[in-house]
Amino acid sequence: MSSAIEALVGKEYQHGFVTDIEADTIPPGLSEDVVRIISKKKNEPAFMLEWRLKAFRRWQQMTEPKWPNVTYEPINYQGVSYYSAPKTAKPLGSLDELDPKIKETYDKLGIPLHEQKLLAGVAVDAVFDSVSVGTTYKEELRKHGVIFCSFGEAVQEHPELIEKYLGSVVPYSDNYFAALNSAVFSDGSFVYIPKGVRCPMELSTYFRINAADTGQFERTLIVADEGAYVSYLEGCTAPKRSTNQLHAAVVEIVALDNASVKYSTVQNWYAGDEEGKGGIYNFVTKRGKAMTNSKISWTQVETGSAITWKYPSVILQGDNSTGEFYSVAVVNNRQQADTGTKMIHIGKNTKSNIVSKGISAGKGQNSYRGQVKVMPKAEGARNYTQCDSMLIGNACGAHTFPYIEAQNNTAIIEHEASTSKIGEDQIFYLKQRGMSAEHAVSMIVSGFCREVFKELPMEFALEAQQLLGISLEGSVG
Amino acid sequence: MLTITNLSASVGDKQILRGINLTVNAGEVHAIMGPNGSGKSTLAQVIAGHPGYEVTGGSIEYEGKDLLELEPEERAHAGVFLAFQYPIEIPGVTNAYFLRTAYNEVRKARGEGEVDPMDFLDVMAEKLKLVEMDESMLHRSVNQGFSGGEKKRNEILQMAVLEPKLAVLDETDSGLDIDALRIVADGVNKLRRPGNATIVVTHYQRLLNHIVPDFVHVLAGGRIIKSGGKELALELEARGYDWLLEHETTAGAAR
Repeated sequence: MSSAIEALVGKEYQHGFVTDIEADTIPPGLSEDVVRIISKKKNEPAFMLEWRLKAFRRWQQMTEPKWPNVTYEPINYQGVSYYSAPKTAKPLGSLDELDPKIKETYDKLGIPLHEQKLLAGVAVDAVFDSVSVGTTYKEELRKHGVIFCSFGEAVQEHPELIEKYLGSVVPYSDNYFAALNSAVFSDGSFVYIPKGVRCPMELSTYFRINAADTGQFERTLIVADEGAYVSYLEGCTAPKRSTNQLHAAVVEIVALDNASVKYSTVQNWYAGDEEGKGGIYNFVTKRGKAMTNSKISWTQVETGSAITWKYPSVILQGDNSTGEFYSVAVVNNRQQADTGTKMIHIGKNTKSNIVSKGISAGKGQNSYRGQVKVMPKAEGARNYTQCDSMLIGNACGAHTFPYIEAQNNTAIIEHEASTSKIGEDQIFYLKQRGMSAEHAVSMIVSGFCREVFKELPMEFALEAQQLLGISLEGSVG
Repeated sequence: MLTITNLSASVGDKQILRGINLTVNAGEVHAIMGPNGSGKSTLAQVIAGHPGYEVTGGSIEYEGKDLLELEPEERAHAGVFLAFQYPIEIPGVTNAYFLRTAYNEVRKARGEGEVDPMDFLDVMAEKLKLVEMDESMLHRSVNQGFSGGEKKRNEILQMAVLEPKLAVLDETDSGLDIDALRIVADGVNKLRRPGNATIVVTHYQRLLNHIVPDFVHVLAGGRIIKSGGKELALELEARGYDWLLEHETTAGAAR
């Protein structure tokens, strides 16, 4: 393998530092008592505890899924601490009271939590281990009727919305990791956009795992009322540690009639070292429900995690609704990713569009797993899937598992797939035109990802560019 | 400008070049001809620095520098350009971005400032005319979905943008119809300057009707077996290579 490719894909993880902060961490182990402790710490109403306990009891009867194309040592669920919060955090306080160490952490990550320093037009909810430590621009958003706060705060202040929508897209019984999350999730973000409101700025949540031997189980719930629009961004990083850490999140999106939600992720959890030691196990359930004439769009750039298990999906419930999935998944060293989407067509004239770009380097294994399902009443359903894999070097792998099921014969479903390899000849061609080898590889990879990158909001496109060492100009120019 | 001395090169265990000697001065056009498998393209690739070829002996001096010591991109910065026989596709990267990046890399290496996208479009307007290409070409992915003729014209467009001192055209005529051949050759001729030199690698004499060489060299079995003026190309066209090869075999046996 060319040294340029190695230099590019072998870049040091930039966010691997640890913040030294006193934390309120409960001892490892999982039981009904732990679920009760978490609920009590969050001062939750009875319906929440009930829901958590139902989820926990269900989870105990379930088994971990074995079908993903990934292998890992069994997870000891009793060895994980299910709650860790910085002691000084004042989740409901103002940003001015935030612990300077936490502020510094986010500064180091390039996410300053001072509103005046923020990128114009982006509001941030910062989640540190198990709790949200601050949300910016809350007042500004409130003027428009937009609710953007931590999940814990939403449970206190808007319990009626939580009770109505929590679990309405991903029920607690949905799958093993969703059930676990439902039982023990500690915080996350909540968004509500009222009828007819176009959210005046991008909303984003930045997740940071800091404490060792803890799991992070956050939950995000986004509700776009009729005719509303919001663009939401999610970023994640974690310290370098030699042990694996579990991250099992749930994201639910509700897009009511004529609403539109765009959800973008740049996932950069620690991926483990070259030998595959350490790194985050990322088992995430993300799903949206699209009502009449509404649209839900997922864009993800997955570069981190030792294991990625993630299928952002759309249930196309209402007539004329649209679901989109744009994904770049990069695996290097011994990373394994099994990721893709599910598009469930229920309403008439529903449309879905899937563009998946998998890049495999080192000894990484990258699997695309996608389901397109057209239900009997989904007259005129339309799907287009494009699934491209790029291989860098000879020791990696790319796999594709498409599941297509049409129960209505008016459905039109297209699937295109390709596999390519960055070759010496491509690199030589660009070098002969004066570019360094590293620049050449960036250009080739950025061209490959172009269709996905152009879907990212500008702020995130820049982060994605940094992450892949990619020159973005070429992909948007 | 370029002095190649006793150059040998191989791919894997296969020896392809076996002692090439060639001197190219500024202002000259040299044609390299020869049968299939004689090492013509290998010579072009070795001058440009393709990592798949191993230089096993000899030297290449370019403007007083040891060319073999330089990375391919350093050779490009120093003004060496190779028009590829098989131009490579780069999906998703626009021709405009690719050309501007190449242009700026070479400018940077010369200590000149980078040119922004708007100014670059002005630069391009004139270059496009040279190869009779439409501006729409700039917005397509590099060589992707290009016809054979478009790919070759795109190579000459790159040459026009980079303004090399030494251009090596590797079978730029192959796969071209008469019109495309004329456009490509006209482009190359318009780019000729007293301070530049061109090496044209070709199978056929027809390109040399358009790009008239000062010297013609016949490469066979990894060596230059005959050199002459432009009339040598005509003689080859009329008689083929066999008479030269037979002569070479006998000479080789006698040695």
